[in-house]
Formats: sequence, structure tokens, C-alpha cells
Amino acid sequence: MNPQRRRTLKSITQIMGLVSFGGLIWSAYLAEAKDNTQMLFPPAARDNFLSTCIKCGLCVEACPYYTLKLSSSGIKGIPFFTPRDIPCFMCEDVPCVVACPTSALDKNLLLTNNKLDITKARMGVAVVDTFNCIAYAGIQCDACYRACPLIDKAIYLEYKSNTRTGKHALLLPIVANDICTGCGKCEKACVTEIASIKVLKHDQVLGKMGTNYIKGWDKKDEERLETAEPQKKKDSKNHALDYLNEESL
Amino acid sequence: MKNYYIKNRFLILRRFTQLGILLLFFLSNCSLITINNKEHLIFQGNLESFTKNERNLAIANTKTELIAPPILMGNLSGSKILDFLPMSDPLVFLQVFFAGGAISLDLFLGFLVIVFIYGIFLGRGFCAFVCPINLITDLANFLRRKLKIENIRFVVFSRQTKFAILALSLFLSFLFGILAWESISPISMLHRGVVFGMGMGFFGILAVFLFDLFMLKNGFCGHLCPLGATYSIIGAKSLLKVQYDLDKCTKCMNCVRICPENQVLDLIGKHSGFVNKIACIKCGRCIEACDDDALHFNLLNFKTKKEKK
Ligand code: SF4
Ligand code: SF4
Repeated sequence: MNPQRRRTLKSITQIMGLVSFGGLIWSAYLAEAKDNTQMLFPPAARDNFLSTCIKCGLCVEACPYYTLKLSSSGIKGIPFFTPRDIPCFMCEDVPCVVACPTSALDKNLLLTNNKLDITKARMGVAVVDTFNCIAYAGIQCDACYRACPLIDKAIYLEYKSNTRTGKHALLLPIVANDICTGCGKCEKACVTEIASIKVLKHDQVLGKMGTNYIKGWDKKDEERLETAEPQKKKDSKNHALDYLNEESL
Repeated sequence: MKNYYIKNRFLILRRFTQLGILLLFFLSNCSLITINNKEHLIFQGNLESFTKNERNLAIANTKTELIAPPILMGNLSGSKILDFLPMSDPLVFLQVFFAGGAISLDLFLGFLVIVFIYGIFLGRGFCAFVCPINLITDLANFLRRKLKIENIRFVVFSRQTKFAILALSLFLSFLFGILAWESISPISMLHRGVVFGMGMGFFGILAVFLFDLFMLKNGFCGHLCPLGATYSIIGAKSLLKVQYDLDKCTKCMNCVRICPENQVLDLIGKHSGFVNKIACIKCGRCIEACDDDALHFNLLNFKTKKEKK
């Protein structure tokens, strides 16, 4: 074998070794660096936000309220905001989304009749900690309710009689999960030491009913009954007989 | 003294562009905020000094841009000139593509702008004239010369490794659906750090510095960096080339000693011609180092045409 070829072969093997070693560590890091999934992203962040955002920070520069920051944990450089520090002010012209060069913040998610509509933003959803919220303790407080840009729509007060006194009312803040934009102004306004109303990502909060339930006395939902196919449970007979023998339980 | 400036003209020009670009990015994220009728300068979007008793005094006070419209917005991953012309990092573009992200018009246009500028004219000149990591690695090289540890290396591997890492970053982007190289790139940590605050990114930059200083000369840029590899490929046919004249050369080898990618100077002492290897970063160090006037920048095509006449 001539020396030139030997050298090339040697360097190729070396590169392959180095790259697979480095690749393993790198993959482990990427697989671990998922903190970002719990962060609140700017309005209109698309589904595959992490694969589309290029971390240019143009949204951060565009926000007139210093709301957005670039992350320094998880995958570094992803824009996010912390409502308890500075919430999103739901600008009507949504400068952050307009500034994004990559459609990681996707205008189309906000369009109503070809106009930007910030109330369609779904940054997260507010949840009330009914254990620590002072309204549930019988103290009158409507800080979060007053702070909400969509007052009486995204958050409303429900009156309930205070069973402890028997004569007072509780004014309980209730969040409408489908209308709340997740701007976090309520979380910022909350008077308790640690906010008792917090904005979380949808998948941390929302459940799923499944199609097998129908809201009774709701005309629209009941229409589904007419088209519904009866679902038979498909138990396989064989299986039912054999499972003990096959130990496949 | 004048001689010094002429002798280092490309070095000075490079420091000027590198620092100038960082400064412009930095300034575009500077703003003024009025609190209690007093104006305050905010940079890197950092409002921490306005927190009193856990209350942020600056909240809901809108900011005014320091320079409007900012000349250069964003950072090197993606930027806008005068709020109009987009530019995007070509490797970022490829990663978004492989990660399955959405390619927007701006991102694509920005990619085309870069491919045009570097593909036709500057080649791998990005590494020498724009990339901020060059400041770090040049410092490491400078110290190597001062400390006389120039030829010490603890690890040796091929300069082709950067192409393998380029392929790997695209593959991992595809596999994990996130921009793999962007997530660990010390280049991004540095330019993002300057504009938006450094944080932990400092360690990544320190690592590059120490690696270049003690482990391998030109280790990061010359051997590992996939962005340099990308620009090599984009600029393979670029016009700006270094031209070598054998007749004037006294074979002192000053150029080869100073060149950060000195394998590209394999024609020195052998034959006149152009430095055609794609790894050349067009820094002009060799031209400055040559006391015999044997090296020049040249726009390849114009010169060859003239010679033919
Ligand atoms: S909508 Fe306005 S306040 Fe909210 S993040 Fe965007 S720019 Fe900032
Ligand atoms: S402007 Fe878009 S791409 Fe740039 S950091 Fe913000 S979300 Fe990411």
C-alpha cells in the first residue's frame, strides 16, 4: 500500500471515530435540552417552534415592553417571557410577530379577515390555584380579573355564597380556557406572595374529553348523536378464552 | 509608524469590520426608557437595575430606539439591514430545512443574499472579516507566538473533520427537529451574547480559546467549525483570490508560518498562480507577512483576462 493512501485511510477512520464520539455526546445533549417546552413563547409561536426559530432575537428587539428575553437554559437563545416579571401587553399591531423573519412566529395564526388579531394568540392558559387564591379564602380581590385585557371574556367572576359565614359572597375568578391568550397580565397583577394564578403551556393544563362524550341539552353537540356510529366493543372471543393459558394478561 | 499601518492594513480592516458589525448589532438593541421623567439607557434589554422591592419600575414604560431605524438588527443568525434587507446564516438556513421547520420568504431571501455576496466575491471571507470568534482564535494564536508554544499540539486530526461535523449537524437537525449546531455553536453564543447578554455562553467561548491555545493551533476554525466549512463550499468559485508570484518569492516561508489554513499555500516555492483551495479565509495575513511583494489579492477573472491579451 502506498503511504499516501495509507494516510488518507487513516485520516478517514480518524474522522469517523471522532465524529461518532462527538455525535453521541451531542445527541445526548440535544435530547436532554428540552427545558424550553415549558417556556412561554411569544404570541403566534407555531407548533414546530423549536425547529423554525433561528434565535435572531428580532422579536426581542421589536417588543416595546422588554417582555421577551432569549433563553439561557435548555436550548439557548429561544425567545420566551416570564409574566410575573413582564407580561405580554398584547399589542394590537403585534410588532414581535411582524418582525420575525422566519415565520417561527406565524402571522397566519392571528389573521381574522386578513387583519392581525392578537386575541387569537395562545401563548398559554391561566390556571387559578384555588387553594392559595385569596378570593377563595373569602377575601375580596379581583386584581387578576381587572388586569385581564379580555375582562369578562377570558376571565370572569363567579358568585358563590360563603358557606363559612352564611351571609357573604365569594367572588371567584374563573378562566375561560378557550379564550385566554396566556398574556400573563393576571399573573403579574396577582397580590399573593407567589402568584396564585399562573400561565402554563396548554399541554400542561388542558385535558381532552374524547368524542365519546356529548354535552347534554346542547343542541349543537347533540347533533353529533344523529351521525354517530354505534361502537361495538370488539372483544376477540379466542383471546378471552386463551389468555389464561397464554399468560398474555 | 505609517509603515505599521500599511503592513497591517488587512488586519486593521478586519478588526474594523468585525468590531463594527458587533457594535451595530449591539446598538440596535440599545434603547431609552423614561421613568419618572428621567431617561435611562438600556442595553441588552436588561432592566434589572430598575427592580425595587420586587417591583419592576420599568414595566409598561415603552422604550424608544436609540437609533431608528437601526442599521443592523438581530444578530449573525438572522439580521436585517435598515429594517429592510434580510440576511441569514446559510448554515442556519440548512438546519431549519433539515429540522423540518418552515422556510419563510425572508429566510430564503437572506440566504440568497449571503450566497450571492460570498459565492461571487468573498468566498470564505466571512471567517476573517465578520465572524467574531476570529477575534478569540487570533488572540490564542497571538499568545501562542508570544509564549513560544506555537508548534505544541495535544491532539491531531484532519482539517476535513469540519465537513464531517457539517454533515453531522444537518443529520442531527433532521433527527431531533431542532437546529443542532445552533444549539451549541460558540459563534452564536458570542454574537448573541454581545447583543442580548452573555450568560453561560461565556464558557463555550472560553473553551474555544483554551482549545486553540493549548490543544491544537487553529483547532476550532481550521479543523472543527461547520460554518467555515459551509462558507468554503459556498465560496468555492468566488472571484477574490490570493495570487502568488514565484519570481519575486525568496522562499522565506513567512506566509506559510502566519497562515491559519496553511495547507492552502502549497504552491509557495513551486509555481506562480492563484490560491485556489476553498479553505482560504481571505484574511490577507500572507500578503502582509510577505516582505518581497510576492502575494496579492486579486479578482481572479479580471486579471487572467488581462494576462491573456
Ligand atoms: S405582543 Fe407586544 S408585548 Fe406581547 S410580546 Fe409581542 S411585542 Fe411584546
Ligand atoms: S424573531 Fe422569530 S426567529 Fe427570531 S428569535 Fe424571534 S421567534 Fe425566533
